[in-house]
Amino acid sequence: MTTTLYTSDHEWLAIDGDVATVGITDYAQQQLGDVVFVELPKVGRALKKAEAAAVVESVKAASDVYAPVTGEVLEANAELVAEPALVNSDAQGKAWFFKIKMADRSELGGLMDEAAYKAHTA
Amino acid sequence: MLAHDKDSLKRTPLHGLHVSLGGKMVPFAGYDMPVQYPAGVLKEHLHTRVSAGLFDVSHMGQIALRPKSGRVEDAARALERLVPQDIVAIAPGRQRYAQFTNDNGGILDDLMVANFGDHLFLVVNAACKDADEAHLRAHLSDVCVVDSLADRALIALQGPKAEAALAKLCAEAPAMKFMDSGPRKVAGIDCFVSRSGYTGEDGFEISVPAAEAERLAKTLLENPDVLPIGLGARDSLRLEAGLCLYGHDIDTATTPVEAALEWSVQKSRRSGGARAGGFPGAEKILADFDQGAARRRVGLLAQGRAPVREGAPLFANDAGGEPIGQVTSGGFGPSLNAPVAMGYVPTSQSALGTNLFAEVRGQRLAVQVAAMPFVKNTYKR
Repeated sequence: MTTTLYTSDHEWLAIDGDVATVGITDYAQQQLGDVVFVELPKVGRALKKAEAAAVVESVKAASDVYAPVTGEVLEANAELVAEPALVNSDAQGKAWFFKIKMADRSELGGLMDEAAYKAHTA
Repeated sequence: MLAHDKDSLKRTPLHGLHVSLGGKMVPFAGYDMPVQYPAGVLKEHLHTRVSAGLFDVSHMGQIALRPKSGRVEDAARALERLVPQDIVAIAPGRQRYAQFTNDNGGILDDLMVANFGDHLFLVVNAACKDADEAHLRAHLSDVCVVDSLADRALIALQGPKAEAALAKLCAEAPAMKFMDSGPRKVAGIDCFVSRSGYTGEDGFEISVPAAEAERLAKTLLENPDVLPIGLGARDSLRLEAGLCLYGHDIDTATTPVEAALEWSVQKSRRSGGARAGGFPGAEKILADFDQGAARRRVGLLAQGRAPVREGAPLFANDAGGEPIGQVTSGGFGPSLNAPVAMGYVPTSQSALGTNLFAEVRGQRLAVQVAAMPFVKNTYKR
């Protein structure tokens, strides 16, 4: 069973064992507006928690997407690179950014559940 | 931003309408302005290119320059002390693009100047309008009364369906040609209408008394072809049109020749012309005309998909070396579905097709000097 957690920087993580699928939240895509470009981390890259891992560019501005946990990139979403507008249409589904093999599950303790994230963005 | 900052922002006469239409309001040049509406920048941009977009540009300054003699040519001659353009030659009912220059040949602001028969009508940038008025008063008060038309709103209607939309309210609109300008009745309201805009599209700018602005905007928006468009799409439209944004692509440190605005300076004001020079910075600007400027504003098309934005340094090579220039405007061009930018480079590296590199997040991305406008303009000449 997967659990979804959220960061205060508006990333979501779907946790499945020691693998987390990471994207940006629907709230974040609404704030960004029309997304026209994404840059994803290379497979195999070692990411530290809070490190800039990806870039999402709307017509207005570029924004960093931070690694919510420490670990190694297992996969990047090629479909998203080809079609950045997926972020606007399906931020918390098809528009996942990358999958990361988590090095330290205790880092998840600092993240929000859905109810806490809703309160955070209210 | 902080609440007290928001409170200090000025509001245009259409502020209430923007909020009621779901406009996302942001601070811009001291005003609380809509950056986009619920449709979003991309759709608003594309709608303007195929239909008609309504823009609130009431934050811009509107100024009447009234000759004390009653003869408009006296005001025109006086204004030529401050701009390198031929103002005397602007026929009644016509307007022209101009720049206020400083003693170094830099640009204090860019503006539109219309001849209304007995006076000149000026439209200047929001952020510069107070300085512009003071500049006009300081230098032209011997000849002219500088009348700030702060009680007027300004609405731009842009796009291929702008003419049909305005024709329903102003029968004279279709007969106007690009840069025609003057008083017209629109929906029975005494307006000043010009066939111009800043999107590269055919269209109109309508100066309307503040008290009537919301009624006029609502009437235009009743037409299903007309959508409200925010500042986000205004910026991407003007960028695709290769038009300068003051404070970004032109400023006090850029001359009209460096900015590739030679077309806006008529021969009569250049060396050998009937009224050559006589404007601030003439020595520098005429030298730029005669000898060429050391650097030029150019269009840049990226080879990849990543937008290259304002401030990105430009390099001649893919590694090493010092920056040769900088991007002054850049982003994603929705009509081109590709990144577009403009910036300054040494004239020796400004030829069309020159391959350069823009540094984005530490990577050098290939860009090529390209012709502007990026999207062909559709002015009704």
